Amino acid sequence: MRWLIPCAIALTALSGVAGLVPARRARQGELLAVGLLVLGAALGLAGSVVGFVAPDALRIDLPWSLPGARLLVRGDALSSMFLAPLFFVAAAGAVYGLSYWPVREHPRDARGVRLYYGITVAGLATLLCAANAVLFLVGWELMALGAFMLVGTEHERAEVRGASLVYLVSTRAGTLCLFGFFALLYAVTGSLDFDLGAVPGRASATELHGLFILALGGFGLKAGLMPLHVWLPGAHANAPSHVSALMSGVLIKMGVSGLVRATAFFPSPPLWWGAALVGCGIVSGILGVAYALGQHDLKRLLAYHSVENIGIIALGLGLALVGRSLGAPALVGLGLAGALLHVWNHGLFKALLFLSAGAVVHATGTREIDALGGLGKRMPKTALAFLVGSVAICGLPPLNGFVSELLVYLGLFEAAASPDAPAWLTGALGAPALALIGALAVACFVKVYGVVFLGEPRSAKVDEAHEVDKLMTGPMAALGAACALIGLAPALVMPVLARAAHTWAPELAEEVGPVASLAWLSLANGLLLGLGLVAAAWLAWRARAAATVRDVPTWDCGYAAPTPRMQYTASSFAATLVGFFAFALRPARFRPELVGPFPQRGTLFTSLPDVVLGRLILPAFALIGPLLARLRKLTQGSVHAYLLYMLVAVVAALLGWR
Amino acid sequence: MHYVVHVLLVLALPPLLLGIVNRVKALFAGRRGPPVLQLYFDLAKLAQKSTVQSRTTSFVFRAGPVVALATTACAAMLVPFGAHKAPLSFGGDLLFFAYLFALGRFFTVAAALDTGSAFEGMGGAREVTFGALAEPALFFGLLVLTRLGGAVRFAVVLGPGLADHWVEAAPSLVLVAVSLFVVLLSETCRVPFDDPNTHLELTMIHEVMVLDHGGPALGMILYGAAMKLFVLAAVVVGVALPASSGNPWLDWLLFLGGMLGCTVLVGVVESIMARLKLVAVPKLLVTACLLSAVGLVLLVR
Repeated sequence: MRWLIPCAIALTALSGVAGLVPARRARQGELLAVGLLVLGAALGLAGSVVGFVAPDALRIDLPWSLPGARLLVRGDALSSMFLAPLFFVAAAGAVYGLSYWPVREHPRDARGVRLYYGITVAGLATLLCAANAVLFLVGWELMALGAFMLVGTEHERAEVRGASLVYLVSTRAGTLCLFGFFALLYAVTGSLDFDLGAVPGRASATELHGLFILALGGFGLKAGLMPLHVWLPGAHANAPSHVSALMSGVLIKMGVSGLVRATAFFPSPPLWWGAALVGCGIVSGILGVAYALGQHDLKRLLAYHSVENIGIIALGLGLALVGRSLGAPALVGLGLAGALLHVWNHGLFKALLFLSAGAVVHATGTREIDALGGLGKRMPKTALAFLVGSVAICGLPPLNGFVSELLVYLGLFEAAASPDAPAWLTGALGAPALALIGALAVACFVKVYGVVFLGEPRSAKVDEAHEVDKLMTGPMAALGAACALIGLAPALVMPVLARAAHTWAPELAEEVGPVASLAWLSLANGLLLGLGLVAAAWLAWRARAAATVRDVPTWDCGYAAPTPRMQYTASSFAATLVGFFAFALRPARFRPELVGPFPQRGTLFTSLPDVVLGRLILPAFALIGPLLARLRKLTQGSVHAYLLYMLVAVVAALLGWR
Repeated sequence: MHYVVHVLLVLALPPLLLGIVNRVKALFAGRRGPPVLQLYFDLAKLAQKSTVQSRTTSFVFRAGPVVALATTACAAMLVPFGAHKAPLSFGGDLLFFAYLFALGRFFTVAAALDTGSAFEGMGGAREVTFGALAEPALFFGLLVLTRLGGAVRFAVVLGPGLADHWVEAAPSLVLVAVSLFVVLLSETCRVPFDDPNTHLELTMIHEVMVLDHGGPALGMILYGAAMKLFVLAAVVVGVALPASSGNPWLDWLLFLGGMLGCTVLVGVVESIMARLKLVAVPKLLVTACLLSAVGLVLLVR
């Protein structure tokens, strides 16, 4: 039993090796590799179920010769909370990849993608169940470097090279923060093991604040909290789509998992921690969705929605921290349960959206939203999958996004009713902000769905697009079904959430869910579906009673010759809303100059480059770049020199160690 | 028994409200106006008609009216009518209520985009833009109500306790009632946000989204719009008129009187105001948002 998760990790890590066979056997190798990964994922899922039921059954404690390190593996409910979506999404993505990125079509890099995919999954699983900082960092680095290789898959394109470089620099910076975090933790507690609730008694106020800032920096960079999100849009847009699904659905949640774990060390955190997370959450949520509204690239748009959803998760976690500081268990339970369930939900619907976006890219060869259109008729299954994902990510009933947002809302409303100023301020700012985020997400997803799947094709290539095969639609169906299940029967996940919340905050009850009314929500969703069916049946009955004329163009107020170019585009649909946020987004508009009564043909072009990356980080790097270039003398690629550096470092470390 | 009355009222009365609005407008304009029951006749006629559907459209186009009506009808089951309880009530039903309308908006706009028409795309863009601004206003209002009531459910915030809160927190509740009324006008696309009578596509929001719908589907849209007015008016009446007579049947009369008052108010606003310029609409919505926010601040003092 206790080797379930280590077995899963080993299987997934090595799965890609099976694919490294000569081209003539490539398909068998591929199938074997994916089969191993799916088997590993199944073991891992079983392990995460055990983690919910009997956490101690998974505990492994073995010595390790590295100083401070132990092979300490634990699978409590909190780890399982993150392991379950990891293995589910990883398996769905791997199967999808069989058809999306096969060796047949990508002979040069498909094997590598499969190998690094397995390594990344193994790294993710390792860091999730590690209970020792060294083991954690090993997993963390496996994940970070595996993902770097995956992002750079199509490195012959300059755009991809840029994105993977930004990702590499960000993840290195994040790891640096984590080294600082664990070093400080060691200085305070004298141990590199994760010992719940052991820290605060021994730490001074400065050390506490330092710990939180380092954790926020390291884990926030991975999660993509604004303004630390700079790597995220480029990396998600440029990786192969099943990799984007894994990264967006699961990998960025490692930042969340880290923050959850790190804050669990402190039973009564300072108030400003929660406030800072709530603030970051609100900013990430609103600006993330505002950025998404202005994007033209389908996958980049989805990536900015990850920033938005991480913002919602941070809002819930921040609320839980505020509740813990103030000693209000209702806020802790609702905020944490909402945040953790949103981790699941976002993993499911974002993976679904990335996989269906990948199907669109696969069928049409473009990610440009304004070149698409009318795909709903040509790819009905993909369109349905994208529709389900859209409704879910907007947090609309009856799907799963609503359930987690409901929990966060209930916590925020509870906070707003409190007499404590910090609590009511959190609620009074958070609830309307979350409402705004939800409404903007509706605007954004109705735009994408409408422009990509409805109306008429905007280019010839799109007109000829065909539905993708079962290996791609199958994983989408599985993810969509999971979204519907959590949405329609949320009471099923309540015990799981209660266990995880209890692990984080032992003062919360282990068995009872934070809110008992979720069964009623199922009833209300059932009523909604029933009313919809009745209305649809009535319409179908009336349509049968009287003739329906179908073979006509859109009426369009009597205009006789509409063309696809006249349709509303993604840019025009979002123009007003992007204008509201122009103070923060700085949209760029290139407008043709029209002179005279018969002007020349002109093209309007709008774009929304990332302000933090474009106006802050890149200029700063350009400034300090020449200074840092002097360091290059030390790194000339000579192995001898590197070995010498390592020797010096080890000797220095040994001298410093006690 | 009273649940049956609730359902019957929701099903039967909405078209009447629009008749009353039009009658008020006619009175102000010195016209006789269409019969109060005109919308019932229109709906009966539309249900018999055949439909024309563009070849561009798909099932989403047909789903738009269905989802819009189903979400509104579902929302109607959550709102208590006057002193009577709603058939369906649970913790968090306020939020479910708000998100049902967002679901309706999603599908209405998607159906508009399904036609591939620039006009309908324009209407859809405006709908989601103004919807995004109305949402925070609604939620500030809900925050005030839940802070007073102590639970996130209609049965509590619009329950018997509200009458007492009117004594101690009248300023906040007045602000919230005004703000919710503005949200009602925006969500139901009435003047000053949108003019349901205009026939100039460039200036419209809701009407332009449904240009291509005809026959039974159009009837469904009109009925759904009327029901949305009914449901939101019931919320405004619930906040503004929390009185209870003690006799259940008298309470129904009281509720209907309140609904009549609210409907007449919509008609009066429509008669004495012009539609706002589109650029001014966001300002009004932000104002509504700030009104409720001030109401919330007044409560914490």
